[in-house]
Amino acid sequence: MYAFEYHRPASVAEAVRLLREKPEAKLLAGGHTLIPTLKQRLAQPSDLVDLGGIAELRGIREEGGALVIGAATPHGEVETSDLVRRTIPALAHLAGEIGDPQVRNRGTIGGSIANNDPAADWPAAVLGLGATVRTDRREIAADDFFTGMFETALEADEIVTAVVFPRPRRAAYAKFPNPASRYAMVGVFVAETDGGVRVAVTGAAPCVFRLTALERALAANFAPEAVDGVTVDASELNSDIHASADYRAHLVKVMAKRAIASALG
Amino acid sequence: MPRVVMRVNGKEVSGEVEPRTLLVEFLREHLGLTGTHVGCDTSQCGCCVVHLDGRSVKSCTVLAVQCEGAEVLTIEGLARNGELHPIQRAFHECHGLQCGFCTPGMIMSALELLQRHPAPTEPQVRAWLEGNLCRCTGYHNIVRAILQAAEEMRQAPRPAA
Amino acid sequence: MVEKGIGQAVPRKEDRRFVTGRGRYVDDIRLPGQAWAVFVRSPHAHARIRRVDKASVEGMPGVLAVFTGADAEADGIGPLICGWMIHSRDGTPMKVGTHRVLATDKVRYVGDRVACVVAETLHQARDAAEALVVEYEELPAVVDLATADEAPALVHDDIPGNLCYDWELGDRAAVEEAFAKAARVVSVDLVNNRLVPNALEPRAALAAYDPGRDEITLYLTSQNPHVHRLVMSAFNNIAPEHKLRVVAPDVGGGFGSKIFIYGEECVVAWAARKLGRPVKWREERGEAFLADAHGRDHVTRAELAVDADGRFLALRVDTRANLGAYMSTFSSAVPTYLYAPLLSGQYRIPAIHARVRTYYTNTTPVDAYRGAGRPEACFVVETLVDAAARALGIDRAEIRRRNFIPPDAFPYQTPVVMTYDSGDYRTCLDRALELADYAGFERRRQEARARGRLRGIGIGCYIEACGIAPSQAAISLGAGVGLWESAEVRFTHTGKVQVYTGTHTHGQGHETTFSQLVAETLGVPFEDVEVIHGDTATTPVGMGTYGSRSQAVGGEALLRACHKIIEKGRKIAAHLLEASEADIEFEAGVFRVKGTDRRKTIQEIAFAAYVPASYPADLEPGLEASAFFDPPNFTFPSGTYVCEVEVDPETGRVRIEKWVAVDDFGRIINPLIVEGQVHGGLVQGIGQALLEHAVYDRESGQLLTGSFMDYAMPRADDVPSFTVEFAPGSPTPSNTLGAKGAGEAGAIGAPAALMNAIWDAVGTRVEMPATPERVWRAIRQTQMPQAAE
Repeated sequence: MYAFEYHRPASVAEAVRLLREKPEAKLLAGGHTLIPTLKQRLAQPSDLVDLGGIAELRGIREEGGALVIGAATPHGEVETSDLVRRTIPALAHLAGEIGDPQVRNRGTIGGSIANNDPAADWPAAVLGLGATVRTDRREIAADDFFTGMFETALEADEIVTAVVFPRPRRAAYAKFPNPASRYAMVGVFVAETDGGVRVAVTGAAPCVFRLTALERALAANFAPEAVDGVTVDASELNSDIHASADYRAHLVKVMAKRAIASALG
Repeated sequence: MPRVVMRVNGKEVSGEVEPRTLLVEFLREHLGLTGTHVGCDTSQCGCCVVHLDGRSVKSCTVLAVQCEGAEVLTIEGLARNGELHPIQRAFHECHGLQCGFCTPGMIMSALELLQRHPAPTEPQVRAWLEGNLCRCTGYHNIVRAILQAAEEMRQAPRPAA
Repeated sequence: MVEKGIGQAVPRKEDRRFVTGRGRYVDDIRLPGQAWAVFVRSPHAHARIRRVDKASVEGMPGVLAVFTGADAEADGIGPLICGWMIHSRDGTPMKVGTHRVLATDKVRYVGDRVACVVAETLHQARDAAEALVVEYEELPAVVDLATADEAPALVHDDIPGNLCYDWELGDRAAVEEAFAKAARVVSVDLVNNRLVPNALEPRAALAAYDPGRDEITLYLTSQNPHVHRLVMSAFNNIAPEHKLRVVAPDVGGGFGSKIFIYGEECVVAWAARKLGRPVKWREERGEAFLADAHGRDHVTRAELAVDADGRFLALRVDTRANLGAYMSTFSSAVPTYLYAPLLSGQYRIPAIHARVRTYYTNTTPVDAYRGAGRPEACFVVETLVDAAARALGIDRAEIRRRNFIPPDAFPYQTPVVMTYDSGDYRTCLDRALELADYAGFERRRQEARARGRLRGIGIGCYIEACGIAPSQAAISLGAGVGLWESAEVRFTHTGKVQVYTGTHTHGQGHETTFSQLVAETLGVPFEDVEVIHGDTATTPVGMGTYGSRSQAVGGEALLRACHKIIEKGRKIAAHLLEASEADIEFEAGVFRVKGTDRRKTIQEIAFAAYVPASYPADLEPGLEASAFFDPPNFTFPSGTYVCEVEVDPETGRVRIEKWVAVDDFGRIINPLIVEGQVHGGLVQGIGQALLEHAVYDRESGQLLTGSFMDYAMPRADDVPSFTVEFAPGSPTPSNTLGAKGAGEAGAIGAPAALMNAIWDAVGTRVEMPATPERVWRAIRQTQMPQAAE
């Protein structure tokens, strides 16, 4: 690790001020991506701004029928939250599939989506449910938030404060983990919402994406068989030592089917 | 250098640390608590698991300065008055360890499992251990030890500290 | 029965320090004034070193020194060695590429050591290591084993075709003849995948130089401190052997990777002397992936000739093995004498011929990893046996029974060097099949099919040669050292026992099993025995722990030392009891005059030996004895593993549903510990078969699986609980204990059983590791031939 200055602001406003003052600063949330990155000297921030001391960023509540998860809420709290299990059980399930118990005790939803790792789980839920990302200055629709590999619509000094998930009629997530990292080799989030059917795929491509062909098919018939008629274009997908693009394309369909079956209960 | 104050194994400790000091480095190098080990650099092996404010964490992925005012429990603080914790005893009785390197993290991880789920099934135990690698035991006796400890802890709950 | 004696499942006495966080591993030791070493490693697979610019880090905070290969050469630090000489079939000796402690002319793999930076703190050393300017001229890399001989580049400029040796074993003519007459020949082409050992404790070294004594003390993650001391003195010129003390304290697993003498420990010890202060190096995991010797990495074509009844007539094996960029300490022996002599498996195969060519490539050196050669042999044999059963339509268990060496054929001379000591293979197989309900399998397969799952069952019958020794045989085959083992037993005044062993325990539980052995033999309480190991200053010279040898060789040495104690005690007792020596009998810790109640405990005898108020005139005082043991033969544990899997045909994911192990280890000292050894070995074997694979980029030679993020280690939820039983056992005649050794069995037999089960489930053979994608493709190939690519 390179040396850096450490700050622990007590409010979002103070954190934003620090980010503006220190252009080479990075935000530290759960740290489960950032700290390993720093250990391998793959990043050299001048300052770390720790969000761990900001109470307003943490917690899960209902707000006008939607579920609001504070950005600094660890995955484990989402996994075990009675409120989440009652309202959008697919989110509790997804949170329980992230990393291992120790990662879930520290890693946060805000950190995960702001990092936008192509194989992370949370982006699939955020995009799959058509959630809204709340920041210190605005609200960003999921469809506009994830812009590319490790890239988001966030400005350099912008801080995610919460994610607002509308309640779907039904939803589920099915993940095929990478045997080594246990990140998603392919993860498919399927939701039937008031605004229609949404299908989000993570792990398979450089960035989480919606599988619109399947959304259309499911709008006509929300059943696993609907997947059969859909073609997943492998040319857009990742190929690496763990899985070829062909295999990933196949897995997208298998995981989609399983998610649909699970959503149907 | 920032000064950090926390409670480790029930005692208040403090030290001057560079911000880049990891909790595990603080425990090992500053406090001499070398029971917490480092087995990887990608936050996966779990040799460094300790409890931070009652939750198991990987101390290689937490900065010492983040632990200001926190309560930390390490493997050295688990036995009381020389008497092994039921999980420690079960690891011994079931031969749940060989080289011993993963053992402290494994035990500290199991501790949170049993605090949350006093009667876990074997698949639950195996799933919980996702963040703890062992290269020696093949996990068989670790799982057996945790199930045995669960049984014992249910029958004779240990008073809280 | 002696309390906590031989054969009892005694929980380990070493556990207390480990479960309370009081183990003492190398990195737990801090010496006053210690500085930190960090190695600068090659980012290229193959390059000429143009320049190492020491000035680039001069004046950086805390930097104490930068050492290069040229510095080491100037100081007379010798290159690393390979301690086993192999001759090619044309009689020429193997071609050894010079392996320096720090590279001078070229770097030959990603991770090759170029320089060592020493600084006051670890952070400072890392900062400087990163800043050090090294200029390289990149060269094309040799990565692929299968084409290493045709590669345009040479790893070592003076070794043509990158060929180290072209070796053979067995009677080629007899094999040809048998193949010509065979009713059927089955053949397979297979890959034994490259593995990274990944002991959970990374390697570490801490050296201190005492100028007053002109002595270096080196704390090291070593499986064999005396071998380290020998090689580092005799070949690397670190210090004369009596001025180098190697201490291997608690060591967090080895699996072979901590046998070898690496450049890092040589440099750290040398640097400590140069700087006059302690120097510590602690490997990071990412570094371990590059720097610790890898295992396996063979490609093999193998053919089995059988008659119409499925009887084996001859076996022909052609293997190419990857050495990596340099020869490591025992790397020449692994694909030769630890491999080909095991190709007879548990079977009568009248003629066997093996050809092995080993090649240098621009990859991390390859050496012994748990099983070392024997898993590769077992995998070849057991794959061919299944292939033969399929070709002839014979049940897979039945074809094994037809070809087993029968129990009355021992000692059994194979056509490839070995004389098997004892065994009852059929009993193991039949018991394993019974425990696995082999007979009821088809019902389970149908039931799984109804659920949309493919279920398969596989058998793996392994033979292992262990207790590595005997010395004369090993030396005649090229070993550079003897492979005996040593032990010393010392009584104290108060009747306590200290045992000093030349073996080293890094998880195997010697402190417990050796205590059991002493408790049983000398009749002292188990708790009164202390086992001391891992320090060349205190323990007798020994060869260390690997090859499942510690109990069969080291345990026997200990037993012999105990018997010397008893013999001396008998003389003292005869004197004190005023009887003739012949009338003194010893049992359960008591010397007694036959047929009387006159007795002395062994503790009383020990006291008399140290306070010789009344004592035999011609006897030395004191009660201690040492013994060395060099066995007449290897030991040959054997067993059968039966594995049942279920495959999800949509994803190709394999789940192990059931695993039965029946092993014959001869006499067992502590079944609790031995079961643990089996479990651990099985999971390493399962890891090889399903998950683990060190993959290099074929062009750049970069290791693509350089962390746990990409190298899949077996986790608790990847594996099942195991049913482990020990066969009634055929004690080895090679030692009086009858113990055969158990450390590697699981890793040897597991891959074959598991891969045969997958073959059975999906109908076609899959290469290791059987990743979901490979299995999925295999299923598509069998079920939808038109869809195959």
